[in-house]
Amino acid sequence: MGTLSFSLDDKYNAFLSHKKEIPFGDGPLSGIPVAIKDNISTLDMQTTCASQILKGYIPPYNAHVVDLLLASGAAIVGKTNMDEFAMGTTTETSAYTKTLNPRDITRVPGGSSGGSAAAVAGDLVPMALGSDTGGSIRCPASFCGIVGLKPSYGRVSRYGLIAYANSLEQIGPMAKSVTETAQLFSVIAGHDPRDASSITAPYEGALDPELKGKRIAVPEEFFGAGVHQGVSETVKTAIDTIASEGAEIIPCSIPSMRYALSAYYVICTSEAASNLGRFDGARYGKALDGKKSWHDAYQDHRMQYFGPEVRRRILLGTFSLAAGYYGRYYHKAQTARQMITKEYNHILSKADAIMGPTMPEIAFPFGAKNDPLTMYQTDILTVPANLAGVPALSVPCGEVDGMPVGLQIIGAHGDDEMVLNLGYGYEMVRS
Amino acid sequence: MSTAGKDVSSLKTIIGLEIHCQLNTRSKLFCGCNTDFRESEPNTCTCEVCLGLPGSMPMVNKKAIEFAIKVGKALNCEILETSEFARKNYFYPDLPKAYQITQYDKPLAVQGYLNLDIEGQEKEIRITRVHVEEDPGRSVHVGSGDRARYTLVDYNRSGIPLIEIVTEPDLRSPKEARQFLGKLRATLEYLNVFDSEKEGSLRVDANISLEGSERVEVKNISSYKGVEKALTYEITRQRNMLRRGQKITRETRHYQETRGVTTSARSKEEEDDYRYFPEPDLYPMHVKSWAEDIELPELPDARRARFMKQYGCSFEHAKTLTGQLKLADFYEKVVEQGADASLASTWIADILLGELNYRDMNISQVPTPTMSELLSLLSQQIITDANGVEVLRIALDDLLTMIKSEKIGSSATKTPTPKEIVSKRGLAKVAGDEISEMIELALDENPQAISDYRAGKGQALNFLVGQVMKLSKGRADPGELNAMLSAAIEKRGL
Repeated sequence: MGTLSFSLDDKYNAFLSHKKEIPFGDGPLSGIPVAIKDNISTLDMQTTCASQILKGYIPPYNAHVVDLLLASGAAIVGKTNMDEFAMGTTTETSAYTKTLNPRDITRVPGGSSGGSAAAVAGDLVPMALGSDTGGSIRCPASFCGIVGLKPSYGRVSRYGLIAYANSLEQIGPMAKSVTETAQLFSVIAGHDPRDASSITAPYEGALDPELKGKRIAVPEEFFGAGVHQGVSETVKTAIDTIASEGAEIIPCSIPSMRYALSAYYVICTSEAASNLGRFDGARYGKALDGKKSWHDAYQDHRMQYFGPEVRRRILLGTFSLAAGYYGRYYHKAQTARQMITKEYNHILSKADAIMGPTMPEIAFPFGAKNDPLTMYQTDILTVPANLAGVPALSVPCGEVDGMPVGLQIIGAHGDDEMVLNLGYGYEMVRS
Repeated sequence: MSTAGKDVSSLKTIIGLEIHCQLNTRSKLFCGCNTDFRESEPNTCTCEVCLGLPGSMPMVNKKAIEFAIKVGKALNCEILETSEFARKNYFYPDLPKAYQITQYDKPLAVQGYLNLDIEGQEKEIRITRVHVEEDPGRSVHVGSGDRARYTLVDYNRSGIPLIEIVTEPDLRSPKEARQFLGKLRATLEYLNVFDSEKEGSLRVDANISLEGSERVEVKNISSYKGVEKALTYEITRQRNMLRRGQKITRETRHYQETRGVTTSARSKEEEDDYRYFPEPDLYPMHVKSWAEDIELPELPDARRARFMKQYGCSFEHAKTLTGQLKLADFYEKVVEQGADASLASTWIADILLGELNYRDMNISQVPTPTMSELLSLLSQQIITDANGVEVLRIALDDLLTMIKSEKIGSSATKTPTPKEIVSKRGLAKVAGDEISEMIELALDENPQAISDYRAGKGQALNFLVGQVMKLSKGRADPGELNAMLSAAIEKRGL
């Protein structure tokens, strides 16, 4: 029990809003400052998804994870910046502010949970929550040099997470070390009767660093074309270190990975177009001139308050679900998703984990990728875990040009314990 | 097929219905909010889920699915192995998520039927599908009609569970359509999943066409009587168009309940694209195995057969009595209270229903003892049939007065029982000396009728019966009077 005084020098523009005095209770996280991505509903704080359309929106309820954090004694200090509605890889699509990478302020922090990653990497808070739809926890963790876990689908309640793509996303922990990441995960994991996709699998939080005898699958696709050579080499070195501790390395291939990006973008934009329909101006956002018919007013409102990337994805999703195109896009994407899931499950039935880089490159300078397609391609290594619903961890494993590189550890569905243990084991032996 | 030259009035009418009924679960389809919202202030029976607030997630109310499975089974449908919710995306102010959670290609049940009795013939109306969905909110336009100044939205109704029942185009007249709805309502009431007395609990869209022409969809019908009226109007309109040599175009029309007409809404060609896709926050439900564990109660047809067998009711009486759950329950309760089963069926099906209808009352407003006591007075021949009707009318009028005064808040008073009505108003049957005196009096006053009777004019006796009835103020039994009068005339001699 107590009150935390939180004085913030937000030199990386990590936060969208924060509190100065935060009362906290007893529990495993008693008094620990925790930052929360701004797409997670908080009863007493604005929850904007970094969008103009939700400016001023204070939810009348807490997300399940927020209630769990409060019950654990955590002091929720503020809400972090993100790509608008989590649609982005750099946090640049935020309608409010440009979050800087604490490792090099000329570079992007990654996204979409860039604010949470910068808050942790910049030592503003020891731990933070992000959300990961196609890599949005792992990408900024990798770019900012911290640890981030995308849990197995269903292990953390999504109740109160403002949905971008329901079938893909999970809320997850971000911190400097695997130990702290696991500590935060143990608080938020568990069943929630209000989320139909929630599974009953709490995380006990006991880490085991044993690497000996672990079977590590290394797919060639994770080191293929488009993956920066320095990144490849850094990650291979990390895997060698793990092998030298007695782990067995199994080279393998995941041919269906070539469909992953297309399948991902069709599914996530379809779900997003539907999810974001509710922001029609009748309820959220400052009203525009109300003299028009409601249909015209809806169009004006959405045009005015959604940013270009959000509008682009709504258009894509609307198109892929349209009558006559459903079979060609949405249905086909689901078929690809099943193939990918099958291949991942097959490999993970023979190996304890899959390892490779989290991102194909290091954090790039602001504005370096103006073409959306080039930007989407950087998600190639993170989206498969979302499609397959399996847990994936990013752990810092070295540097290229002074910027951090992330090792991605992907496990079988429900075995978040394994990826955390392997990450922990690697952290112990990392030079 | 060309209709030119063909007699328009001989063209077959083709009707299919799409019926939405509110299931009477206690909580909404995807959240715990109260469904009993009609007496509540606007937007008070709501939460983040039914308001569609960002981040909220649906949880399926198992009771609603169970109710819908019951409906599927009762309509003789095949219950699908797995059933799935889907999103129907469209923008409308009363739809808070901009999509309705409904069912699309994996409904709960398909390919059923419901049997109707059409003029003594059993006719099978095929059911295409039964699915579950959430009701949207309700728009309240402030100001009149097209000139509404603004619109308010009440989300109390948002998330109320609905079932949609779609029929094949098997109905051949507006009257059949109404009969179908009556039978469907009875079935739903027997299943105890639907309360037809709740305002807005039933909404019907109808597809109607004349053989060889395009079909027209009539939306917005919200009452049983409305269905017959709307369809009668629409089919007359279509026939008149054909008579004038016009072509019927495929379109959607709205039924205007107050004016009893249908008006064009929009052309069907620009059909909305609802971009259906499976609801990602809900998993498919294994409904077939679930359905196997659900037992159905006795349904209208079975109860009708039982009434004929157990109580000796005629087919028509049994059909009428079992046509409404509460009426059938009422009948059985009255018989249980000692009434003669045959007398009760005649009195309830033929007389009571007419009297209730005349007063715009319903069966639940009548206490069963009122009926059983009246029937006991009749079977003990304490009152005549004519006065039985009189007693019933008085009793119903008293009840109606009491119900009305209860509504304005005055304390409830007990209305007089049939026995009390009879004794207070002196309606008991006349017998013995009293009736003899009346007969003598009637004969004394009508010597001409006596001579006519003796001359073989049968009507003279009827006239005399009428005279005695008048003297007795309806308390004599006309059936008994014939014999008594003949005897009295015989006795007088020539």
